[in-house]
Amino acid sequence: MNIPLNIDWQQILLHLLNFVILAGGLYYLLYKPVKQFMEQREAHYRDMDAQAEQKLAEAEQMKADYQKQMTAAAEELRQQQAEAQQKTQRAVEAELQRAHTQEEQILTEAHAAAEREHEKMLSDVQKELEQMALTATEKLLLSGEDPYEQFLNAVEKEQENG
Amino acid sequence: MKHKTRFFVIWFALIAALLIASLLVGGATNKEAVQESMRDAVLHESNVINLFGLKNVNPGLISGFIVTLLLLAFAAVVRIFVVPRFRYVPGRLQMLLEQAVGLFDGLAKSNSPWRNRFLGAYIFAAGAYIFVGTLSELLGLQAVTVSGHSIALPAPLSDVNGAIMMGCLSYLVILSGGIAGNGAKGILLTLKEFSLPISMSFRLFGALLSGLLVTELVYYYSNLSFGLPVVVGVLFTMLHALIQCYVLTLLTSIYYGEVSNPEESGKKRRKKAAVDGSLPGAE
Repeated sequence: MNIPLNIDWQQILLHLLNFVILAGGLYYLLYKPVKQFMEQREAHYRDMDAQAEQKLAEAEQMKADYQKQMTAAAEELRQQQAEAQQKTQRAVEAELQRAHTQEEQILTEAHAAAEREHEKMLSDVQKELEQMALTATEKLLLSGEDPYEQFLNAVEKEQENG
Repeated sequence: MKHKTRFFVIWFALIAALLIASLLVGGATNKEAVQESMRDAVLHESNVINLFGLKNVNPGLISGFIVTLLLLAFAAVVRIFVVPRFRYVPGRLQMLLEQAVGLFDGLAKSNSPWRNRFLGAYIFAAGAYIFVGTLSELLGLQAVTVSGHSIALPAPLSDVNGAIMMGCLSYLVILSGGIAGNGAKGILLTLKEFSLPISMSFRLFGALLSGLLVTELVYYYSNLSFGLPVVVGVLFTMLHALIQCYVLTLLTSIYYGEVSNPEESGKKRRKKAAVDGSLPGAE
């Protein structure tokens, strides 16, 4: 059959054979290895990206944990400070109370001692006066002088001696 | 500065001498008329080449074999010496190869996200064949016809048989995608586009042949052979190589994606997208 435009089935098939050889060769020699390498590189960078994201997530988690720990430590510290402050306050109050009690005791004792001293002094003075009066009376009786005069003389002597 | 001036003087003198010489010598008398030359460029009735004593074939087929050999040799050299030295941070050649593979792989993935492995490999090979095959014109490789004339080998796809092969094979690849993705429905979807093999074949043939004919015409007249071939021969060929490579691979990917879509046919999808797009607030 004479086909117009010089179309020849045999030559079409030869062209096809030629192209099939070319396509297969290019696929195995160029397309496949280059594409494989590109996919390998893509996978490599995807892995790197995933690892970086995982590390970032771990770091974020760690940061959150540390933050939590820091918050807990700060809270604990605050509680301990409050407790210490309360203890100190209580100790100060107890010390003050004890000091106050001691002060009252000392004051009471001092009062009692002063009272005793006072009474003793009064008693001594009274005894001394009694002794002096007795001595003066004796002397008056022995000298026969006016008792009033004798008394005054005795007192003057006493003062001079005294 | 002195060296520069000397270089330009010598260069211009050489150009002038060659121009004068070529005008004085004159061209060989054309044995065939321009009409005959054009007709032969299209139909290859007289300028045929003997294929290993088996059969007379069009020069485009010989070009196809040579392009295949060149491409396979390049691929083998790359596979043996370059690919094993690939690094994660690529050099120039590696980047070029990755760009080429990535371009066709991306084209396949974007147009047929559900099935693209075979498509990517096919359009890579087809793209490389069209691009390098078209550029091979520029090499001006010579062959001897059965009548004893020397001719410059044309692009493989400027041969109508080569273009038909590429168009029909692309259609078969699309059909295979339809069958793999949708079974019998895929066949119907592909058969609906029955004009595809013809349009793809003759688009390629027409585009590459037009370049060939213009070049043939320019070189037919020796007066047009100064300066003009730089634009017509080189720039047009490069543009053809780029455009035809892109057009065929893009069309193949788009149709492959449409017929292999397992959920719905491409038209339904387009209709749905249009409806969704017209809704207020739709993305």
